[in-house]
Amino acid sequence: MVLELGQIPIKDIDWGRKTFLENNVLHINREELIEKARGDDSRIASVRADIAKPGESVRIIPVKDVIEPRVKVEGRGGMFPGLISGVETVGEGRTHVLRGCAVVTAGQIVGFQEGLIDMSGPGARYSFFSKLLNVVLSMDVKDGLSRHEHEEALRLAGLRAAVYLGEAGRSAKPDHLERFETRPSLKTKGSGSDLPGVVYLYMLLSQGLLHDTYLYGQDMKNVLPTLIMPTEVMDGAVVSGNCVSACDKNTTYHHQNNPVIHELFKRNGIDLRFLGTVVANCNVTLQDKLRSAEYAAKLVLLLGADGAVITKEGFGNPDADAMMYCAGLEGKGIRTVMITDEFAGVDGASQSLADTTPQADAVVSTGNANERITLPPMEKVIGDIRVVEKIAGGQSGSFSEEGITVELQTITGATNELGFELLSARGE
Amino acid sequence: MAEKMKAVLYLNQFFGQIGAEDKADTQPLIKTGPVGPGILFQELLGPEAEITATVVCGDNYFAEHMEEATETVLAIIRDCSPDLVLAGPAFNAGRYGIACGAVCAAVTSRLGIPAVTGMFPENPGVELYRKTVYIVETKGTTAGMRDAAGKMSRLALKLAKGESIGFPAEEGYLPRGLRRNYFARETGAARAITMLLRKLKGEPFLTEYPMPVFDRVAPLPPVERMNEVTLAFITSGGIVPRGNPDRIESSSASRYGKYDISALQQLTAESHETAHGGYDPTYANEDPNRVLPLDVVRDLEREGKIGRLHPYYYATVGNGTSVARAGQFAREIAQDLKSSGVQAVIITST
Amino acid sequence: MAKEIERAGIPAVHICTIVPISRTVGANRIVPAIAIPHPLGNPAKSREEEKLLRRALVEKALHALETKIEEQTVF
Repeated sequence: MVLELGQIPIKDIDWGRKTFLENNVLHINREELIEKARGDDSRIASVRADIAKPGESVRIIPVKDVIEPRVKVEGRGGMFPGLISGVETVGEGRTHVLRGCAVVTAGQIVGFQEGLIDMSGPGARYSFFSKLLNVVLSMDVKDGLSRHEHEEALRLAGLRAAVYLGEAGRSAKPDHLERFETRPSLKTKGSGSDLPGVVYLYMLLSQGLLHDTYLYGQDMKNVLPTLIMPTEVMDGAVVSGNCVSACDKNTTYHHQNNPVIHELFKRNGIDLRFLGTVVANCNVTLQDKLRSAEYAAKLVLLLGADGAVITKEGFGNPDADAMMYCAGLEGKGIRTVMITDEFAGVDGASQSLADTTPQADAVVSTGNANERITLPPMEKVIGDIRVVEKIAGGQSGSFSEEGITVELQTITGATNELGFELLSARGE
Repeated sequence: MAEKMKAVLYLNQFFGQIGAEDKADTQPLIKTGPVGPGILFQELLGPEAEITATVVCGDNYFAEHMEEATETVLAIIRDCSPDLVLAGPAFNAGRYGIACGAVCAAVTSRLGIPAVTGMFPENPGVELYRKTVYIVETKGTTAGMRDAAGKMSRLALKLAKGESIGFPAEEGYLPRGLRRNYFARETGAARAITMLLRKLKGEPFLTEYPMPVFDRVAPLPPVERMNEVTLAFITSGGIVPRGNPDRIESSSASRYGKYDISALQQLTAESHETAHGGYDPTYANEDPNRVLPLDVVRDLEREGKIGRLHPYYYATVGNGTSVARAGQFAREIAQDLKSSGVQAVIITST
Repeated sequence: MAKEIERAGIPAVHICTIVPISRTVGANRIVPAIAIPHPLGNPAKSREEEKLLRRALVEKALHALETKIEEQTVF
């Protein structure tokens, strides 16, 4: 089962009379983009579209999700199965990627945990998204909508916009093609290979409003741990519905570009065998957590793993899940490595994780999210700067003329726990 | 030509040349210029700084009157207006180490003056003060005096000049147990797989976050007569009066609130809400009793199952609030509860 | 927080959903709650049933406070 990803580098984006791609410049018809984003969702009151480019003095706040425009060119199914496209299995054939740009959903704040992206200045270093050509959709919804409806309306609009822009890449010739092949793992038993077999245990947050994740459109709350082909995420099979706390929210973009999956593919056959990917949820009751941890560990074992990589999302109670997965796997003789961020306090003096287990002896840290940073004022703010006091990592008084002093927590993707960024922390 | 910086040295009765154990109850006093090891420090500080005074205090006096001794020593130091303070080194002497740590901690936090001390890693002062004070690593005995004084002087000068301080190994101080961010050369994902492969091959690897060991408190004896007891609530579920008047943050809370519930029989969607951003707030906002069970406890109070409910409850947000900060809140709340005669506490969390 | 309250000499019981975290951090008396967004409630039930559920949990917490224990105990 092969998926070819055709990378089409986007060098610039601008507004134009038609939406089309030429010489690596994406021209966008603004009215049509807004119309397509809105779809026929009467919950959306208004949509504003802005372009934010790397290096500009622009701050986007509050950020909900970031999505990469892609289009399915050959093969079954379409982008974002179960939500925008049908539910046929994706992950095979050919998909084109508009690399270097993204749709960013912003607008009225839905909840506390949304974030910000600075396109220049000290804050830009902490988020990959400051290096992308961003099409920002600021959307407001009708009054009186419940927060669940608000979140859903925005989520789907962002996906529709990404699909619409992705279409522009359908007939383009990609710069290069990446090839990902998945072989049924259970058949490779006895292949005589002595490379260690590694499974990816991919935890998806599923804790309610602004803390959910969707697999083929299905809310992960009610899904038992299961197998996926690692290429399915490249076609949008996993979509973010959450704003768990901007720094360690796995945006849809992060899922589409899952770095652990890319690394495992890269090293497959060289120093490891990539046996498979197990997705597992992260619910709010102890019994659900235990059930998923047990079930997932069993699947990892069935795949014949020697070792497993565990990633998570969020902090606090999800630390308990990560520790359960770790202890469960190590208990079955499967060695683990875990990727997590830390909440070690503003001074770095506190205990970084809410839960621990002695078996978690191999941990990669993606940084202390409580560390403070002063972000200078930007010439242009897309959104509403005052919300910085409400979003997680900001506090009243963080807004002044010198700029805003916030924790890294507020920067979208800063301490991403899929291991997307370069930030880390060490003891001193 | 830049003015010389002023330095003050803190020593115990022995190094301060007052006397030995027999003089360990010496109260804080000041001597002009460098005394004892101060001569060596002066040589190592060089022309940039001058030790204008030495403060001496007996180890026993300090240990038995920690608060007053700290205040007195602090006042003496303040009057000297130094640019930097050195204390010890205490090597492996426990009382001396604790005194040096306390003095340095007070000087840095209350006077804003950089301070450095030196201790052997097993000195009890290390565990108490490592996070807040720069403690240079020394040998176990005075044989290590020159080495210790050299590292202390270098570090103190850097701090006084506002230079950036490197990692422990470079600068010679004991790891403080603080987490500091930096940008690695490879992504977390790449580092993770490399680490896993080393682990699988049995090769040595370094975890980026060693799991901490949490301390324990022995369980207290049970409450005897619940029907006479004053009970209080604390919640980390973020239940606050509607409008969040104290603006407790939705995550990484920097404060807690103390709220009067003496007139209430239950919480309602009109009277209270949740400030916690880490969970779906719908259910807590609909009925805050689901996080702070006031309705039920009032029933129990009426029925005489508990003596009385304390008129106040305390709330903070447990979302991303570091364990240390939560501990600090709890310590302050505990003092308040004790002075109000509260005898038992129910803590609710999400 | 429970640990610090006890350190000051006041017995405390922790009603929480993520029992493992409470254990790790060191609370001594722990009562498992229902779910993270509604530790002492259950929106799937009627208000009356919820209140009974809530009372049972609080009574269990009081019982925990009245029970002699030697080590961390989940009630």
